[in-house]
Amino acid sequence: MSVVRHGFLGALAPGHRDRLLTFAREACFPAETRVFEEAGAADRFWLIRSGLVALDIHVPGRRAAVVETLGEGDLLGWSWMFEPYRWHLGARCHAAVTAYEFDAEPVRLACAEDPAFGLAVTRCVAEVIARRLKATRTRLLDLYGFPGGGTP
Amino acid sequence: MTVPVPYRVVAHRVDTPDTATIVLEPADAALPPFAPGQFAMVYAFGVGDIPLSVCDIDGPRLAHTVRTVGAVSGALHDVRIGRTVGVRGPFGTGWELSEAEGRDLVVVAGGIGLAPLRPLVLAALATPERYRRLNVLIGGRTPDDLLYCGEPWQAAAGVRVTVDRAGPAWTGEVGLVTTLIDRADFEPPRTAAFICGPEPMIRATAADLVHRGVDPDRIRVSLERTMHCGTGHCGHCQLGPLLLCRDGPVVGWTRAEPLLMVREL
Repeated sequence: MSVVRHGFLGALAPGHRDRLLTFAREACFPAETRVFEEAGAADRFWLIRSGLVALDIHVPGRRAAVVETLGEGDLLGWSWMFEPYRWHLGARCHAAVTAYEFDAEPVRLACAEDPAFGLAVTRCVAEVIARRLKATRTRLLDLYGFPGGGTP
Repeated sequence: MTVPVPYRVVAHRVDTPDTATIVLEPADAALPPFAPGQFAMVYAFGVGDIPLSVCDIDGPRLAHTVRTVGAVSGALHDVRIGRTVGVRGPFGTGWELSEAEGRDLVVVAGGIGLAPLRPLVLAALATPERYRRLNVLIGGRTPDDLLYCGEPWQAAAGVRVTVDRAGPAWTGEVGLVTTLIDRADFEPPRTAAFICGPEPMIRATAADLVHRGVDPDRIRVSLERTMHCGTGHCGHCQLGPLLLCRDGPVVGWTRAEPLLMVREL
């Protein structure tokens, strides 16, 4: 599967996709690497080309709880787009990861200077957020649990 | 077909804390052959009967995975090897895998919805030359709730698994099963999809597949209502114009979608 055809990049028109990729550099993370810490500065973002990244929340006295994993084609990080530009989750590589890495500030600047490009990128990020929100709400239903709740 | 036929329990395996698989062999005459996706009415004598889809078909032998949620399922979950149960069937529609020949296959299972899809996957693996790529995507509540772990077909099929809630030992994927669709390898216009699980999961999965470009006519889903007679007479399993024990449980998405959008149908 091509990361360019599917996932976040696949949702962008070719012109906007090519422009966004001019800001990209290649990045590799060994397994178990922490990519960013919860509440840290959201100054970059990534498009995952291969591997698996776990999003987690720090829980005092326990190991960080994994709330979701992201893989090939997924956008890693959207807190860079909205103030206060702080990560609301942490991210750690479950497996070795290759990704396109972007500095947030030049991308935000390009979005502000070119409204068509900015709208396209913002819509794609919003779509990612909407899909993750929908999936999270569905998971809240505890669909696979005992019918009617409780235990059998 | 309407009178229960005695079958003997020849194997029993606990799959998860609340789920077990029982293997049945005819005590005398066997029922007609079951197709993947069809179901049987299985009696725990003296307790009652419930519909159970077949999770394995081996000649006259049938296997059913049963989750304990009530008196009958509890009795069947705990049944001992050597005991006799009653079986009626085969009932309902099957997956009709043959209509998917030459296509990419996307099989999406949620929770115990993997049980009726298991024989479908086994059939596809047995004749790989008839299909293009096979994607089996499985969602579960927790790692402890996953069915058929370690069975050889899971490796052969390149199964992808995700769970809603992970413990510290889990290094796999976490998230709704629909997230796996983005990472599956298929060409939407040349894809046939098969879905079974809780209804909200079926709706979300089918919607995502259609969004990706899969033809709704090529998506088949297995629906669940209160099956009782199995022959389309009692009406307990009615879903609008359908009697699911006869016209289902496997239904095309084009037909199922508008019915599932009607509340309390």
